[in-house]
Parts: sequence; C-alpha cells; structure tokens
Amino acid sequence: MEANHKIRVENLSLRVNGHEILKDINVSIPENKITVILGPSGCGKTTLMKSMNRLTDIYPEMHVRGRILIDEEDILNTHKDVTAIRKKMGLLSQRPYPLPMSIYNNIAFGLRISGRKKRDLLDKRVEHYLKQASLWEEVKGRLREPASSLSIGQQQRLCLARGLAVDPEIILADEPTSALDPISSQEIEKKFLDLKQDYTIVLVTHILRQAARLADHVIFMYLGEVIEQAPAEEFFHHPRTEITRAYLKGSIN
Amino acid sequence: MSLWLILMLAMPVLIGGGLLWKSWSLLHDHALGELLLSTRWRPLSGEFGFAPFILSSLWVTLVSLLIAGPVCVLSAIHLTQYAPRIVLKVMQPVTDILAGIPSVIYGVWGIVAIVPLVSRNLAPLMGAETTGYSILSGAIVLAVMIIPFVLNILIEIFRSIPIELQEASLSLGASRWYTIKYVTLRKALPGIVSALGLGLSRAFGETIAVLMVVGNVTIIPRGVFQPGYPLPALIANNYGEMLSIPMYDSALMFGALILFVIVMVFNLAARLTIIRYEKVSQ
Amino acid sequence: MRRYLSKEYTFRRKIQVYEELFFRLIMLLASLLIALVLLQIVWSIFREGVGSVSWEMLTNTPKGGFYFGKEGGILNAIIGSLYLGLGATLLAFVTGLPVALFMNTWLAPRKRLVNLVRFTLDLLWGIPSIVYGAFGFALMIALGIKASLLAGIIVLALLILPIMIRAIDEGLKASPPGLTEATYALGATTSELSFSVLTRQCLPHILTAILLSFGRAIGDAASVLFTTGFTDNIPTSLGQPTASLPLAIFFQLSSPIPEVKERAYAAAVILTVIILIISILSRIFTNKYSRNTIKF
Ligand SMILES: Nc1ncnc2c1ncn2[C@@H]1O[C@H](COP(=O)(O)OP(=O)(O)O)[C@@H](O)[C@H]1O
Ligand SMILES: [Mg+2]
Repeated sequence: MEANHKIRVENLSLRVNGHEILKDINVSIPENKITVILGPSGCGKTTLMKSMNRLTDIYPEMHVRGRILIDEEDILNTHKDVTAIRKKMGLLSQRPYPLPMSIYNNIAFGLRISGRKKRDLLDKRVEHYLKQASLWEEVKGRLREPASSLSIGQQQRLCLARGLAVDPEIILADEPTSALDPISSQEIEKKFLDLKQDYTIVLVTHILRQAARLADHVIFMYLGEVIEQAPAEEFFHHPRTEITRAYLKGSIN
Repeated sequence: MSLWLILMLAMPVLIGGGLLWKSWSLLHDHALGELLLSTRWRPLSGEFGFAPFILSSLWVTLVSLLIAGPVCVLSAIHLTQYAPRIVLKVMQPVTDILAGIPSVIYGVWGIVAIVPLVSRNLAPLMGAETTGYSILSGAIVLAVMIIPFVLNILIEIFRSIPIELQEASLSLGASRWYTIKYVTLRKALPGIVSALGLGLSRAFGETIAVLMVVGNVTIIPRGVFQPGYPLPALIANNYGEMLSIPMYDSALMFGALILFVIVMVFNLAARLTIIRYEKVSQ
Repeated sequence: MRRYLSKEYTFRRKIQVYEELFFRLIMLLASLLIALVLLQIVWSIFREGVGSVSWEMLTNTPKGGFYFGKEGGILNAIIGSLYLGLGATLLAFVTGLPVALFMNTWLAPRKRLVNLVRFTLDLLWGIPSIVYGAFGFALMIALGIKASLLAGIIVLALLILPIMIRAIDEGLKASPPGLTEATYALGATTSELSFSVLTRQCLPHILTAILLSFGRAIGDAASVLFTTGFTDNIPTSLGQPTASLPLAIFFQLSSPIPEVKERAYAAAVILTVIILIISILSRIFTNKYSRNTIKF
C-alpha cells in the first residue's frame, strides 16, 4: 500500500450517554481512490463519517476521543476554524436535502461563503458544477425555481454539485443511492468513478454489489468496531475474519 | 353521534350566522361602508361608526405582535438550536403556566405593574405624558399573553426541520450562525409567519385584560401613549345598556361579528399555511 | 473564546463569530425575559393581594355595605366559580369524550374527515371567548333563558369543548396502534373497545384534558360576563344567577374604595393559586407525548 493516505483515523472512540458507538477505530483512507465503508446498519458507519467532518460537534451528547488526521493535520484537536476543515469535504447524505432556495442558489451558497460574490463568476461556476454532476441539461432553463421542485434523483445530483462547488478534496457519501431509483443510482455511481481522478471518495453503503462495483479499498465495520480493512480485491476474495466471511455470504444483516 | 359531529362541524357557521342574524337590523339601516369607516360613535342618536374601535384593536394587536414576535423567534431559536435540553425542559412549565393564567389576572398584573411602568418610566423616557392606561400598556400585557402560545408553535416548527439540512449547510463550510440565518430561518419562514398570524388572531379577540389597562376612550389613537378602545372592550363594557338603547344590541352584536370574521380569516389563513408547510417539509 | 481569536481565523469569520455571540446573548435574554415575566406576574399578584387574604374573606358572602368596604367575603364568587368550572367541565367531558373516541375508532379509517374535524376544532378553539359570550347571549334571548348558572355552564362548556376533545384526541392518537388491532383480534366490538381499553390506556391524557379545560373554564371572564349575571348569594339552583372569581375581581377592581380593591387583589391571589395548582397537577399527569400540539 504505497498510496498516499489522505485521512488517517487513530484510536477514535465516540460515546453517547456512556454508550460506546465507535470503539477504538484505526483506519487509513487512500488518496484519489474510492474507499467503501461496509457494514450492517447501526454499526456506526454514518457516525464515523460525520466525525471526519466534525459534524459530531452539533450533537452535544456525543463525546469524541482520538485523532483524525487529514493531510497529516489533526482536525479534532486544533485551534483551526472548523468551517475551513469542513470545506475540504463535500457531503452527500442518505436522502437529498436541498437548501430551501433556488437551484441556482443551492450551488452559489457555498461559493458565496467562500467570498465569491461577483455575478458573472457565479454564473460560470454554477454552470460548471451542474455540468460536472450531469444536471445542467435538465435544469438550465429553470435555475430560479426552488430546488424542491426537482425529482429525488435530480436533487441528489444537485447536492453532489453543491458539494463539489466548495472545491473539496474529499467527498463523503453516506448511502447516497439508498433513496434513489435504479437509473438515478447508476448515474451517481458512474459519476463517482469519474470523480475519483480528482477526489478522495469515502462511500458508505450496505449494498455488497455496489461496494464490489465501486470500491478500491474496503473498510468493514461491525458493532462499532473496524473488523477488517483491505484493498477491494483482497477483501472480497480473501477475507481474513470469520465475521467478514459470514457478512459476504449474506448471513449477517 | 354523527349528528353531534355534524353540529360541531357546523359550529363556526352557526356562530357566524347567529351574530349576523342579531346584527341584521343594524345592517339593514346602515351601509356597511359607513359602519366600518365612520368615526362617529353616538348610539343615542343612532350613529354607529366602528372605525375608532377597529383602529384601536389594530393598534394594540400590532404593537403587541411587534413586542412578542421578536422575543418568541429569538427564544425559539435559542431553545431549539443552542440551549441544552434541560433548559427546554424548564421552559416548558413556564410557558404552560403563562398560557394557563386567566385573562383577568393578566389585567390585574397590567394595572399593578405595567400601567405604572408606562406612566412613570416609559412615557417620560419618550417625552410623553400619560396616565399609563394606554395602547402601549394593553399591547405589553397582550404580548405576554400571546408569547406562550406563539412560542410553543415556533418550537414545534423549528423542531420539525430535519437536522440533516443543517448538516448539509455546515458541510459546505457555513458556520453555525450562518446556517441558522440563511437555511434554518428561511426554511421556517412560512411557519413563523403562520405562528405570528395565529398570535395576531389570538390577540385580536382578547378582552378583559386589555379592557382593564387600555383606557377605553372613544378616539382614534395617534400614538402608543394614547388610550384606545378596542372592539372586545366595547362589547364587554356596554352589554349592560344594550337593551335600553334602540339598535345598540344590534350594534354590539355587529362588533362581535367583525371580531369573529377577522379572527376566522387570520386563523384559516395561518392554519392552512401550516398544513401546507408540513406537507412540503415531509 | 480564545479559540476564535487564533490567527487561523479570517477577519470575516471573526466578525461572524462575534455576530453569533451577540445574537446568542440576546436570544438567551429573550428566554430569560419570558421566565422572569412569569415570576414578576406571580410576585406582583401575591405582593398586592396576600395581605388581604383572610379566613373571614374565604368563608363569608358579601354582607351589607360590602361594596363600601364593610364586612363580608367572596365565598359567593369562589363557590360560583367552582360550580361554573365543574359544571362546564363535566358537560364538556361527557359530550366530548365520545367524540374523541369516535374520531379515533369508527372514523379513524376516514383520515380526511378526521382531519377536517380536527381542523374545525382548532378553528373553534381560536374563537375569542367574548364572541362565545355574545353568541350565548343572542341564544339566550332567542330561547328566552335568563342570565343564570345554567346559561354560564353551557357557554363555558361550548368554549372549552374544542380543547377538551383535542386534548383527549392527542392522547388517543399517541396510543400505540397495535393496541386497537390486538383488541379487535380478541373479538371486542368497537364500542367496548373504545370505552374500556382506550379510556384506560389514555387516562393520564384524559386527566390532563380535564384539568386544562377546568382551568380555562374557571378563569374565563368574557363569556360569563353576558351569561351568568352577578349576585352576592350562593346559587341554590341552576336557574339562579351566580358570581364568579374573574368577574368579582373585575368588578371590585373598578371600585374607587381601597378596601374593595384590596378584596379584588385577594381574589386574584386565590384564582392564581387555583390555576397554579392545576398547572402543577397537569404537569404530573402529562407524559412526554401530547405536549404542544394541543395548544394550537
Ligand atoms: N445522536 C445520537 N444519539 C444516540 N445514539 C446515536 C446517535 N447517532 C447514532 N446513534 C447510535 O449509534 C449507532 C450507530 O449509528 P449509525 O452511525 O447511524 O449507524 P449506520 O450508519 O452504520 O447505520 C446506532 O446504534 C445509533 O442508534
Ligand atoms: Mg447510516
């Protein structure tokens, strides 16, 4: 494994009301690859992903310990501005949550936060990112309509474009296709394969076939612990633990 | 059972119809426009202009909303977005008790606490002179009365906004405050407007407490330190004589009808907006 | 705080941070203000009135010269209020409980109709009590009924019926749906089901609904102003006029004589204590469901 590690999680544990949701997590996520976090639901995948983005900050009941290094910099124990940390990552959640504003402003939102306010520049960037998410052709005539008027599949691509617009280095996607129809799912998957040239992608899923289609690297979690992490090839063909084998056979879920 | 249910569904119509029926003789003799717009109120000579009362009601209600609105919105954001859960737990009995205090007690409080405050502190501050029995006193008392009502609705509305929406905004690099300002508040806006609309209609019909502190002088108020004479106060103050002056009973019933119509319109609009809003946000 | 001053923060972000701190402060003040106002209200009422509350006052009806500051008490108003509150609550309960049960059993499959009923009840709940009073007065004239305890009870019952039904309804709505199905499976007819199982299941909600309605009924002044009249005697039948605490406060406070005013303050203390007790009791019965929704 000579690839650069974009994210390294060291001894991360997370408690909610004395209940340990993440137990001593140690994982490394390679740069410009798709890393899939696999595991049955409730095992802590979403929580792990949120802690990488420091979204755990807004849950006062969550207590995080350990280190998360992004580009060798610890993001948990730092004086650095948390908004700057989050800008490095785009987030795609289980269901699309478009911001309560127009399609255009959904994309421009992040750009404006980064201080880009000139109208013609915004126009160009909005178009660029909508194209990158393969949405431009469908919405170019209705940019001023509320984002909620789009179909769910379109909304999810809008959320992807919105995430790309803040120029992140990492994309965190939490079961991004679980609310979508098969065709929209396929479009998103295709997009991820394109995007991995330029981005480090972390994808949570509990669909084995999706993981097999997309993963370069796999992290397998079970009951708040990381059971196994390995390159995709090795993980699917030579699983090392009994639990992994059981999961791959479909007997845990 | 079904009959009882139908009767209940028809209740708003019955009330409106009953009041209309009782005010019919007034409406028969006077043009509606004259009744609503004229400022001359001389029951003894058969002149019934409701403008002073309608305007007083508007003054008191709008000023009270101006006070209660910001307090409720700020407090609702504080309680749902920032405060530890325990604070919300403490505030719930507080709003429950405030909501349960009877109108007449608010009136007593207004007389012993707010009227002196207005005449001794607030009015001199603004260079005005007043006995304290004024639009402002009525509005302050009214504001406190509708705060628990509006605040409870607002808390529900803020709570119904999915946290993932905030997460989405935060993940784009927005700060917590920026997110609240531009995402949460915008999402809640239709709900906030409806909550204020419901508060307004609640304030509009409030009687005894306002009556006790607002002065009850039949003039068109030109400022918050002047006394006013809102519609509910008119009805409550004069029911005693209403059978002894011709048409007077009909006029007071017409007053109740105006009140009923205004309150119904605001209630309907606000509730329909909330229902639509809930559908959209699901 | 130190964190925000670190040099990693851009100038724009620092301004934002201060803006947020500023708003958090005034938001906190808004919440504090609400809590303090409640304390201030209770404190002012007690400060004005506690001194005049006496045993004599609680146990006597007004004697001759009462309204000039001579002897007597407000027992007529206390008893009148209890009669009115209990009567109206009882009437609203026996007519309202079946409606709430009906909505959640027979009618339950017809969602749109149930929602329409809820909507109408919420609308009715928004109608000011003075309008109920005026409507009740119109009705009394039409039917030839005099101002009396009975008329007051009926108008108050109308006034609190929407909140009674909705509060019970919220409780029934929150009851686990599996319960209804299980009971059906045991072969219960719908009426047995609704009256025994659901009622027992939702007892805390029903008690809360009763307390809430009672609090409304006993405290309302505008609707009884038209319908009950006012008297110094304790009514001995439904056809007689009656006094009530809110009206006693209202009338006596407008007197220029200090002793009479003091009685109004004392009556205000008594009414406040009753309302506080009701609040505390209903807090004990309320569980985590049914909260704010019922106050819409
Ligand atoms: N805010 C929270 N408060 C309490 N428990 C939580 C919270 N968030 C997640 N959990 C618990 O943490 C565990 C892992 O949740 P999650 O990370 O969402 O799992 P996954 O995404 O793998 O399905 C679950 O048991 C869940 O109940
Ligand atoms: Mg998850």
